[in-house]
Amino acid sequence: MIVKEFRELVRDRRTLGMLIVLPLLLLVIFGYAANFYVSSLKTAVVGPQAAQTARMLPSFFDVTVTEPADTQADAETLLRDNKVDVAFVTGQTPVLALVDGSNLFAAQSAVAALNKVGDQVKTQVLYNPGLKTSWVMVPAIIGLILTFIGTIVTSIGMVREREAGTLEQLAVMPIRPSRVILGKIAPYFLVAAVDMIIVTVLGILLFSVPFNGDVFAFALGAAIFLFVVLGLGVFISTISQTAGQAIQTAFFFLLPQILLSGMIFPLDAMAAGVRWIGYLLPLTYFTMISQGIMLRGAPIASLWLPFVVLTVMAVVVFTGATLRFRRDLAPGRPASPAGEEPAETETVGTA
Amino acid sequence: MTYSVRSATVRFGSAMALDDVTVEVPAGSVVAVVGGDGAGKSTLLRTLAGEVSPDHGTVQAPPRQRLGYLPASAGSWAALTVTQNIDFVAGIYGLAGDELAARRAELLDRAGLTSAAGRLAAQLSGGMRRKLGFIMAIAHRPDLLILDEPSTGVDPVSRIDLWRLASEAAASGAAVLMSTTYLDEAERAAHLVVLDRGRVLVQGSYDQVRAGFAGALTQADQPVRAEWCWRRGRVLHEYWPLGDPSAGTTIAPDLEDIVIALSLARRNAVPS
Repeated sequence: MIVKEFRELVRDRRTLGMLIVLPLLLLVIFGYAANFYVSSLKTAVVGPQAAQTARMLPSFFDVTVTEPADTQADAETLLRDNKVDVAFVTGQTPVLALVDGSNLFAAQSAVAALNKVGDQVKTQVLYNPGLKTSWVMVPAIIGLILTFIGTIVTSIGMVREREAGTLEQLAVMPIRPSRVILGKIAPYFLVAAVDMIIVTVLGILLFSVPFNGDVFAFALGAAIFLFVVLGLGVFISTISQTAGQAIQTAFFFLLPQILLSGMIFPLDAMAAGVRWIGYLLPLTYFTMISQGIMLRGAPIASLWLPFVVLTVMAVVVFTGATLRFRRDLAPGRPASPAGEEPAETETVGTA
Repeated sequence: MTYSVRSATVRFGSAMALDDVTVEVPAGSVVAVVGGDGAGKSTLLRTLAGEVSPDHGTVQAPPRQRLGYLPASAGSWAALTVTQNIDFVAGIYGLAGDELAARRAELLDRAGLTSAAGRLAAQLSGGMRRKLGFIMAIAHRPDLLILDEPSTGVDPVSRIDLWRLASEAAASGAAVLMSTTYLDEAERAAHLVVLDRGRVLVQGSYDQVRAGFAGALTQADQPVRAEWCWRRGRVLHEYWPLGDPSAGTTIAPDLEDIVIALSLARRNAVPS
């Protein structure tokens, strides 16, 4: 029985990979990424004494912007656009320190450091004044739910067709592969969209999470992100023969998104060796968009980078995955729309 | 109109699924493909259906709008009702409105599924589900109907129903190619194709196959050469490729005997 079990296990490469890779992955992630301590903060100093104040700040505040001519409004714009984590406004007594509360762990570190300075600095936390965890988690959870539906639920739905053998029926029917793929994906897209709306509204109602930005920009970001995760779901379905395999594989995609996207552990606090993985994950960029729009009211122009990255990911992942799925559907004869095929077809083997 | 697979060779990796196979399926007739497990029956059907591209050879088939295909799997969507399954597939082939309603009612009646129209496919018995798959395959009155083991795992009464449906499709002008593991069924087909490990052992009408059978067949209680024997009920049958039996009572072979004898001849490397 033991030998039989080992033989089965050796042939089940996916489970074997999970047993070997997962502990290593968890060890590396928790060893290098599980860190709430932010070692430095991007800082702007504005106002008449900007240069002088910048020189006096401890190294914890990494001054990247020093603009004597800028005002408090300019400082708030820098924070809103996520250019800096903290902005000092000089020319008043005490000096005003504005902190971006949407970057929770950075803000907590900043507030702790500023409290040590005493009365010389007046601290004001923007976008999340109470530094509530729920305020930063809800926008990220929206992305996680979309990821869950997009990868696990979609891949199971697609694989079910293969398991039932109905995929080969569809393959010989006069229906374009693109229409099959669209027909399979559209319901999940709509369900995910409804789920997103429910979670967003509930997050606002139950946790008083603000929605300060443009709803259209948020919807656009969510739609692009959905294409990425649906593409991942379709891709997973093309490399899985059963629903069990699809769930296993989706888990491999889901776990890093939860741990390395900055949703739980701040990206800035991760070791560089694992931080780059976070920058490959779509949830990282959706979280930037959702937190930016909901909490900071950031305009789409200031979020161009995550929008562009997600769009590129959507095009690459979705196209690649649907091409792979199409290959499963593509019959021996060339695909052509109904009504355009010749009266008779002749296929000639050429290998 | 005759549809065909000519000199088709299909490989899956290093495995040869079809080796230089030629089969013709004329309109208005039923062609039965028989053979053991792994003989290449499904691959042949899938090749003609256009689901598998041959490495060599040609496939002559109607456009997909004129093709009906019942795969070896259930052939229907478990979470849809009988009516929804028919409507979905018929809709893809362009049937709608009154035409669809009339065709659906006719097919349900012919298959004896009228009372099950509102049931989920998952709730149907094996035989009823195969019949549902069958009527989904013929809903659009295809020119070529391909049925992959439509009666496997089906009770005898449902097998008769399925055969009647296939005969009716042929009678109405369709070319029907079906695979089966039931040789009594295959005997009823206008044309037989016997496959073994990807190659055609013999083909023709049942009478032609019987007439072309070379060698002799004997029946006995004890085998003379174990590698040429097989059990049929309580007795043993033995094949003598050179027609020189040394023991037993010579008998006339039926299709099952012919298929087994030709397979043994190939495996024992004797020219048939």
